[in-house]
Amino acid sequence: MKRSRLARSNSRRHAPLALILSSVGAILFLNLPFLVVILYSLTTDERTYSFPLPGITLKWFGEAMTRAQLWDSVWLSMRVALGATVVAIILGTLAAMAVNNSRFFGRETVSFLVVLPIALPGIVTGIALRSAISLMDIPFSFWTIVIGHATFCIVTVYNNVIARLRRTSGSLIEASMDLGANTFQTFRYVVLPNIITALLAGGMLSFALSFDEIIVTTFTAGHQETLPIWILTQLTRPRERPLTNVVAVLVVVIMAIPILLANRLTQEGAGTSTPGE
Amino acid sequence: MPSSSTPAIRFTNVSRHFGEVKAVDEISLDILDGEFFTLLGPSGSGKTTCLRMLAGFDQPTTGSILLHGRDVTGLPPYERDVNTVFQDYALFPHMSVGENVAYGLMIRQVPKAEREKRVEEVLELVRLPGFARRRPSQLSGGQRQRVALARALINNPRVLLLDEPLGALDFKLRQQMQIELKAIQKRVGITFVFVTHDQEEALTMSDRIAVFDHGQIEQVGTPAELYEHPATAFVAGFVGVSNLVNGPVAQAITGSPTMFSIRPEKIHLTDPSAPMPEDSYCVEGHVREVIYLGMYTRYLVELKGGGELTVMEQNLHTTSMDVLAAQGRTVRLTWRHDHVRLIPEKAR
Amino acid sequence: MATDSLAPARRSNFSRLATFLYQHPRVALALLLGPPLLWLGVVYLGALLTLVAQSFFHLDAYSGKIVRELTLATYADLLSQAENYRIVIRTAGMAAAVTLGAVVIAFPLAYFMTRYASPRLRALLYLAVLLPLWSNYLVRVFAWKIILAKEGIFGWFINLLHLGWALDALLKIPLIGGPSLANSMIGMFLVFLYVWLPYMILPVQAALERLPRSLLEASGDLGAKPYQTFRYVILPLVFPGVVAGSIFTFSLTLGDFIIPEAFGTSEFFIGRAVYVYQGTSGNLPLAAAFTLIPIVIMGIYLYLAKRLGAFEAL
Repeated sequence: MKRSRLARSNSRRHAPLALILSSVGAILFLNLPFLVVILYSLTTDERTYSFPLPGITLKWFGEAMTRAQLWDSVWLSMRVALGATVVAIILGTLAAMAVNNSRFFGRETVSFLVVLPIALPGIVTGIALRSAISLMDIPFSFWTIVIGHATFCIVTVYNNVIARLRRTSGSLIEASMDLGANTFQTFRYVVLPNIITALLAGGMLSFALSFDEIIVTTFTAGHQETLPIWILTQLTRPRERPLTNVVAVLVVVIMAIPILLANRLTQEGAGTSTPGE
Repeated sequence: MPSSSTPAIRFTNVSRHFGEVKAVDEISLDILDGEFFTLLGPSGSGKTTCLRMLAGFDQPTTGSILLHGRDVTGLPPYERDVNTVFQDYALFPHMSVGENVAYGLMIRQVPKAEREKRVEEVLELVRLPGFARRRPSQLSGGQRQRVALARALINNPRVLLLDEPLGALDFKLRQQMQIELKAIQKRVGITFVFVTHDQEEALTMSDRIAVFDHGQIEQVGTPAELYEHPATAFVAGFVGVSNLVNGPVAQAITGSPTMFSIRPEKIHLTDPSAPMPEDSYCVEGHVREVIYLGMYTRYLVELKGGGELTVMEQNLHTTSMDVLAAQGRTVRLTWRHDHVRLIPEKAR
Repeated sequence: MATDSLAPARRSNFSRLATFLYQHPRVALALLLGPPLLWLGVVYLGALLTLVAQSFFHLDAYSGKIVRELTLATYADLLSQAENYRIVIRTAGMAAAVTLGAVVIAFPLAYFMTRYASPRLRALLYLAVLLPLWSNYLVRVFAWKIILAKEGIFGWFINLLHLGWALDALLKIPLIGGPSLANSMIGMFLVFLYVWLPYMILPVQAALERLPRSLLEASGDLGAKPYQTFRYVILPLVFPGVVAGSIFTFSLTLGDFIIPEAFGTSEFFIGRAVYVYQGTSGNLPLAAAFTLIPIVIMGIYLYLAKRLGAFEAL
């Protein structure tokens, strides 16, 4: 009798129906709304969100290609994301290496500090940066946006790199030095090749994070309009609704690429760093 | 064993403290050029810490380390003419076998053609010819170990350090590698400093052994010296198996309460009525337990006056039946006077 | 071969610097840690400090300029208006509701993923949760503007099921109703739930995954029925994961100003109030003071969460 009870708790095939239904429901709840966005990018109705759709057209996709203001926003968002990512990669990697290599007082504080910009509500970070910038009478510009973004992007690179560093055996660094390589050479030939995929994964997540960001951006931008800011104006004062949908679809689809790539890169690096048996 | 006037390695009053803990406590040691020297001891005895200080991964708290007369205390690993074979091999996973082995040469900017030639030579030496293109993940444990060895040897270090390199290998492979390592050392002629906790391994391979316990060296000597003339109770018990007798039991046998050590194979098991051999100690007891081990038998004998001795006898003429019948029998144990080793009280 | 010994590596300047850093690990640490710490310290902590400082300044009502003198006038302003208390309670209430809703929906899915899904299915489900999480927040909010529009999908569906009367009744309920679904607390609740759900799923799933199978087997072996195992073994051990997830859902709802603006009635939430104060009113000190409220709330929440062991679950 004991055996059959054990067998039941081990069984993978007999999930209760209620559980399956609620799981399916949750997944649908999470993913259907985006399908709605895709649907409405094809509608001919430009003033309401009526369902069923009065007609299907691809003209909005063409429309999106020609809007200069839109592409200016895209270009600005890209430049911001690039700047923020470069800073995040440098600072995140330095911090990860420092925390991993040394046993110093306050290691946890560093981890906490790195996470804080993303852990506190966006509005806090936004208002804080805004008050600092205005206190120092600095004009709001491209650079203020980049500084804001870089600050909360550091954590994505930091987390990825430190996770990889923890999985790398410390004896690899000792072996490299033992064979004649100094600290810089060891970093170049042994450490960097082992963390490069984690670094890139973090960088890509950072890029996506910055590109999509709206809350802190509204507080740190001057008259600049990043793509999310453009979408926000459409949200509150909608005019050509399908156009916004087209942009939305494009943004999600294009940003999915670095995210999926980052996911792949973090899987790949695992499992090759433990020599010996 | 070649030896020159300058020792290859000299530790002078080296200590390594970790806060309150004295991992290494005032060690002084000379290792001669070209010898196969083993640091032997249980876990935590300080032998690995000494090796790491030699390599440069750890710095002594006090004392100095000289390599061929040059003070290397404080020098980073890459400025010492010493190479290490790591316990977990530490092969670079993102490089091929050939690139791993050539790493030291690449750092010193040896031209590519010469690198490749020397890689092939050293791979031949460790009996892995043609393995240069493979990747570490494709190799077995024994093969990885040999690559680690090749990677270290290719740089022609004057001293090679080996940190329990055979620990992860299975029994037969270990024995084979012990012989191979010894042969390579003889061929290449450089000083090997080998760390292990396995006393049999140490006895097999070493020219000389330093026995470590709690951060100090108990004794330094050749395998024979350590086995036949152990200086302390620890060495007697750690290197090989031994009987240690002291107090009133010792008094009854030798006439003095000083601790002595007698190896189990040096004791003879005889009938109480047999004639007494000359120049021997004897004591009577009964066989408490017989353990048949194929090649030899171990007897646990409870002595008449108290105490217990372990006796080991080869089964040259006896079968298991004969041997097991000895259980419970009253016997006399005898051994020669000159096989007894007195262990003086440790002066602390 | 034994006597052919290579000379030590060339002493280049780099090498000398490397040796110096090796022999002085504290200097090396300072060089590594310096830049990031400096940035975070100056930019971020500095900004937070100016936020606090701003809250002690005061907006001069006549000149419209911020007077940079330390005063408690702004706080007095803040704490004296009853409306502000209502705003905080409203926001906190919504945050709590969203958190509870998230737990209810996340738990079955996480449980299914851990206990019943094959490794491949689990990876797929993981992706199905991760992708929305990383998708553009605005797009996700925008999607619900479409769905909840009176003439939109949801409305069409309700009418199809002839449940229009139920929806109307729901919207008439005083506290949570509103003029339409797209402008009501209920609508806001749905959107918040949708947007933050992955943040609850992930920690709960991680906590469930860390639960050793052998514990459940032991429980069964000792005679517990499945629901007893759930109540006495699974639930307590997964609770820290739930708390960890709740940190996100609560905090994110507390500070959000876009969803209340897009789906709200005219009633303010904290985020909206802050945005309006610093925007149209130019009253940065008041906005700063108001921002301190969610910080304090989250501080207390985090402290309680730490006591409940949520930080090991993250």
